[in-house]
Amino acid sequence: MWMLGPVGFTSPLLLLGLIALPVLWLLLRAVPPAPIRRRFPGVALLLGLKDDEAETDKTPWWLLLLRMAAIAAAIIGFAGPVLNPEQRETAQTGPLLVLMDGSWADARDWPRRLDRAAAIVEEAGRAGRPVAVVRLTDAPSDTVFQAANAISQRMTGITPNAWAPDFGAWANTLPAGDFSSYWLSDGLDHPGRADLLTALQARGQVTVFESPRPVLALRPARFEDGVIKLSATRMPATDTAELELSARGLDPSGIERELARLPLTFDQGAAEAEVSLSLPPELRNRISRFEIAGVRSAAAISLTDDSLKRRKVALISGQGGAEGLQLLSPAHYLRQALEPVAELIDGSLADVVLANPDVIVLADVATLSPDEGEAIWDWLDKGGLLLRFAGPRLAASDVSRASEDVLMPVRLREGGRNVGGAMSWGEPKNLAPFAEGSPFYGLTIPQDVTVSAQVLAQPDPELATRTIAALADGTPLVTRKPVGQGQVVLFHVTANAEWSSLPLSGLFVQMLERMAVSTRPAAPDAADLEGQTWVPQVALDAFGRLGEAGEVAGVDGAVLAAGLATGPSLSLPPGLYAGEDRRIALNIINAETRLQAAEWPANVLREGLDVQTEQALKGTALATALSLLLVDVLAALALSGRLLGSLRGTAVLGFALLLLAAPDGLRAQDAADLRAIEATNAVRLGYILTGDARIDAISEAGLRGLGQRLFERTTIEPASPLSVDLERDDLLFFPFLYWPITADQTAPSAAAYAKLNRYLRTGGMILFDTRDGDVSGTGQTPEARRLQLLAAPLDIPPLDILPDDHVLTRSFYLLQDFPGRHTHRDLWVEAAPPDAELAEGMPFRNLNDGVTPVVIGGNDWAAAWALDESGAPMFPIGRGYAGERQREIATRFGINLIMHVLTGNYKSDQVHVPALLERLGQ
Amino acid sequence: MTQTAPLSIEMRARAESLGEALPALLAQAEHLAATVILGEHGRRRAGMGDEFWQYRMAHAGDSASQIDWRRSARSDQHFVREREWQAAQTVSLWVDPARSMQFSGDAGRSTKADRAQLLALALSVLLLRGGERVGLTGEAARPRAGRAQLLHLIDGMAARQDAADYGAPEVSGLTSHSRAVFLSDFLGDPEEVETALGMASDRGVRGALVQILDPAEEEFPFDGRTIFESMGGSLRHETLRAGDLRARYLDRLAARKARLETLARASGWHYLCHHTGQSAQSALLWLYAALERGR
Repeated sequence: MWMLGPVGFTSPLLLLGLIALPVLWLLLRAVPPAPIRRRFPGVALLLGLKDDEAETDKTPWWLLLLRMAAIAAAIIGFAGPVLNPEQRETAQTGPLLVLMDGSWADARDWPRRLDRAAAIVEEAGRAGRPVAVVRLTDAPSDTVFQAANAISQRMTGITPNAWAPDFGAWANTLPAGDFSSYWLSDGLDHPGRADLLTALQARGQVTVFESPRPVLALRPARFEDGVIKLSATRMPATDTAELELSARGLDPSGIERELARLPLTFDQGAAEAEVSLSLPPELRNRISRFEIAGVRSAAAISLTDDSLKRRKVALISGQGGAEGLQLLSPAHYLRQALEPVAELIDGSLADVVLANPDVIVLADVATLSPDEGEAIWDWLDKGGLLLRFAGPRLAASDVSRASEDVLMPVRLREGGRNVGGAMSWGEPKNLAPFAEGSPFYGLTIPQDVTVSAQVLAQPDPELATRTIAALADGTPLVTRKPVGQGQVVLFHVTANAEWSSLPLSGLFVQMLERMAVSTRPAAPDAADLEGQTWVPQVALDAFGRLGEAGEVAGVDGAVLAAGLATGPSLSLPPGLYAGEDRRIALNIINAETRLQAAEWPANVLREGLDVQTEQALKGTALATALSLLLVDVLAALALSGRLLGSLRGTAVLGFALLLLAAPDGLRAQDAADLRAIEATNAVRLGYILTGDARIDAISEAGLRGLGQRLFERTTIEPASPLSVDLERDDLLFFPFLYWPITADQTAPSAAAYAKLNRYLRTGGMILFDTRDGDVSGTGQTPEARRLQLLAAPLDIPPLDILPDDHVLTRSFYLLQDFPGRHTHRDLWVEAAPPDAELAEGMPFRNLNDGVTPVVIGGNDWAAAWALDESGAPMFPIGRGYAGERQREIATRFGINLIMHVLTGNYKSDQVHVPALLERLGQ
Repeated sequence: MTQTAPLSIEMRARAESLGEALPALLAQAEHLAATVILGEHGRRRAGMGDEFWQYRMAHAGDSASQIDWRRSARSDQHFVREREWQAAQTVSLWVDPARSMQFSGDAGRSTKADRAQLLALALSVLLLRGGERVGLTGEAARPRAGRAQLLHLIDGMAARQDAADYGAPEVSGLTSHSRAVFLSDFLGDPEEVETALGMASDRGVRGALVQILDPAEEEFPFDGRTIFESMGGSLRHETLRAGDLRARYLDRLAARKARLETLARASGWHYLCHHTGQSAQSALLWLYAALERGR
């Protein structure tokens, strides 16, 4: 192969043809474009006019250039150019081991890595070397060298795993004998890498491939000071980089969507970046994961667990059961404040402790029974938060008076105090700014928050440390005491607005939020997890896709606790683990993980990932030549002034091509249009196809017969009926549909039901016919049961047996019975409004509005209406003359029905005729 | 006999093929003429005619047959019923039969000859309905009144298909002090038009020149290397870039129009340039009005 830069030619001798181009130049220049002959009477006026430019009978230079370029492209194309032809290097011999890290860090450019590995395997196959491919994230196993073609078929199925490779284990299980190795590294320094490298180098030459792509990872979200802290790390800490973080979760309708998006900026040279996200609790509770937008890697996903979730709060108030005004209830403001952010639990104290809430709020509850006290003590010891509010009962009781109650943070003085009231001195007190170290530190205090009454703490050496909020005069307002792992907090005022305006302010909500949130430890420690079995619920794959974990054995708490510290592994894949009462997210990296780049010794060959694949340019060159020739055609036409005429031809041709390209769509459109036109160019009755050919034929004949009678006797002149396939056809063209029910009819699809409901709502009518003659009796025929099933999803108003004064009885004929092939009397129609009154002077009620959307019966009307081709009845009805009478009445019913469909309540409006006549008379 | 047989067969075939087209042309012309409403050209004074003008007292010299007995019976005097004087006008038409008239710049447009014949026939319908005498110049159809004359006109126009590239107005058969209408594209030698118009003016004939042009002739929408040929092929002109000629062609066309207009005005005629792309109706109205004006 002859090379010219990166391009090689398979048959370079053809390039000699390029020498002929100058000759072509001369030839082409000599031939001007051919003239057009035109008949034109105005030529008489043209005689004697000379052309301005004499030399245009030569081909213009740019056209020449175009043609030369086209021919040059053709010559080059046939010479067989190839970009980056593979230079077959001097092949190495011996077995080849291809090692792929296959970790989460590989996922971002996995297809390219796989291509590279495939290229290596293929190359080895050409050299006749046996090959083995190993994914280092798998459990170590014996490696067998195989023929390359056996391996390369399996290559495409290899995917990365979402955990780090286990280098140490692999170092001990390498196959015996000498072999050379290709190591596709993910670029990160995982433990044991040096051991494996040493082991490989002992067997033969090692070549390492590395990708220059940066590795990005998102740390688990933390909740601190009312905001979510998100931090990310990256491996080559290079230039400033802007990332987008996206918080995702379920919206109220249960669809996963993006709940928030925020930018994250890595500074120049910084490996870490942090950003805070402040979200309303409603949204925060919904977040199920954070991700770095646009990065396809498991490390870019950070699953959230219960640490951002709603807290369970039990609300117990002292006035339970007492009747009172709601705004005076001690729990009212608490309920208002906590309802949106927490899950509230009601019930007796003994019950709610069993539910293991995060917080128990006692609003003005003074004494607790010993059992209750014991239970709360145990619960507090395990990390609960007991939030108590003072009140008249607490002030009047002896709780924590002489000695400090275990469930009270401080001792209380008797009676409390009133300030700023009608019977007391002084002004209502304001709040002092929160001290540093108080959980409320940093909250702004509105000036209108005043306290007019409170219970007072006994001076005590520990009082100052236990006070977390105080009044302006220094008296404690909120005190706190740790109990075991939990704490007891007392608000020295009531939870309602009786003693202070605090519950009315936004500060109250913020204080509650701070108190309640601080109870849940952000990171679970090993002691929390141990002793439980944690079952994977959601599994995270290396590409950051979430899936059901499936039937996987649970893991022990200790293992999970260790995994949380060291990161996921083969036996502990990343995902969401559920325990008894909480869920733990195991993410790829934790808050401490450092990403360390792998350093390779100098004696290891290193290569980049970019593979220059061989690319044949022949097709491109020939296509260029062809398109240049096409341009030449246009240019030549333009030069000779024929472009405009031929443009029209081109447009026609292009349109023809379009037609060829999209014939199906157009034909389908045409068919739909034709049907719409057919259905609407006359009144047409429709029947729904049941799938039973005989029933469908009877429906068709029945509606045809009815149409004929309508034509003869009324001004309705329907065309022949049309069949309606519920799945396919549009219903809206039909004023009336006949739906015979068969016992084995298939139910329509959801889309078809939507269509039916729209049809019924927009004024269509369906006549359901069970054809069994007995729908209202027992309603237990197979057809009736089928009808119940079919009609269940339909939007049908309340039904009633057709009353004697229904407009169907008089819309054309006066009828009392509605027989078909059967003579059952009862027919179900939309129920009359309950307030319908008897019209004055008329034997029927005022029932003016609406056409019943459904008529349900079982008399097999189609059989009674059906006429055969010669116009004779298809089926015998009844016996003798009485049967003919019955057929006549059935026909009359059909006519009445269609009249009702088409004229609506017109006949019902007749009740107004006397009134109208009276008015006209005046 | 053997010599003439093919000729007569050919003539007959042509006549038949023309006859097939004629009802359509006639219908079209009648349709066009129906848009113009007119009556007979009353002279607003007593004379020969069909319309009642006035009753006057009979006086000496009136023959007894002139007396309107019905009117006279209502009084003691004798009355003569006078009629309005109606004088028929003679209008001679010349429709250019040359081959240049067969040109049409677009397949969807009728040829200039079609438009000329349509206008001529429509005008004839109007005039004949008005009681005028209409004919063709030359010998083909002498001016005559009555609807039957329409068919003669059609025959005459059909017979005068000419082999020449450009036509010159024929003035033989023009009666003195009559009207004449020349319909042509006037792209031929203008001298001949001048001569014809001079001869007509000498006989006191007034009338209208209608220059019928195809829009393509007005716009010259050609470009590139082109050989232009006249319809018969007698004239040809080759150009390499037709687009360059456009401006100069349009200048010459404008000069030709100006010359015709000056000529018409000098000899008391009217001049109209009509395009086959326009509606024929406006040209017909103009023609009708021009004949009224010249009266």
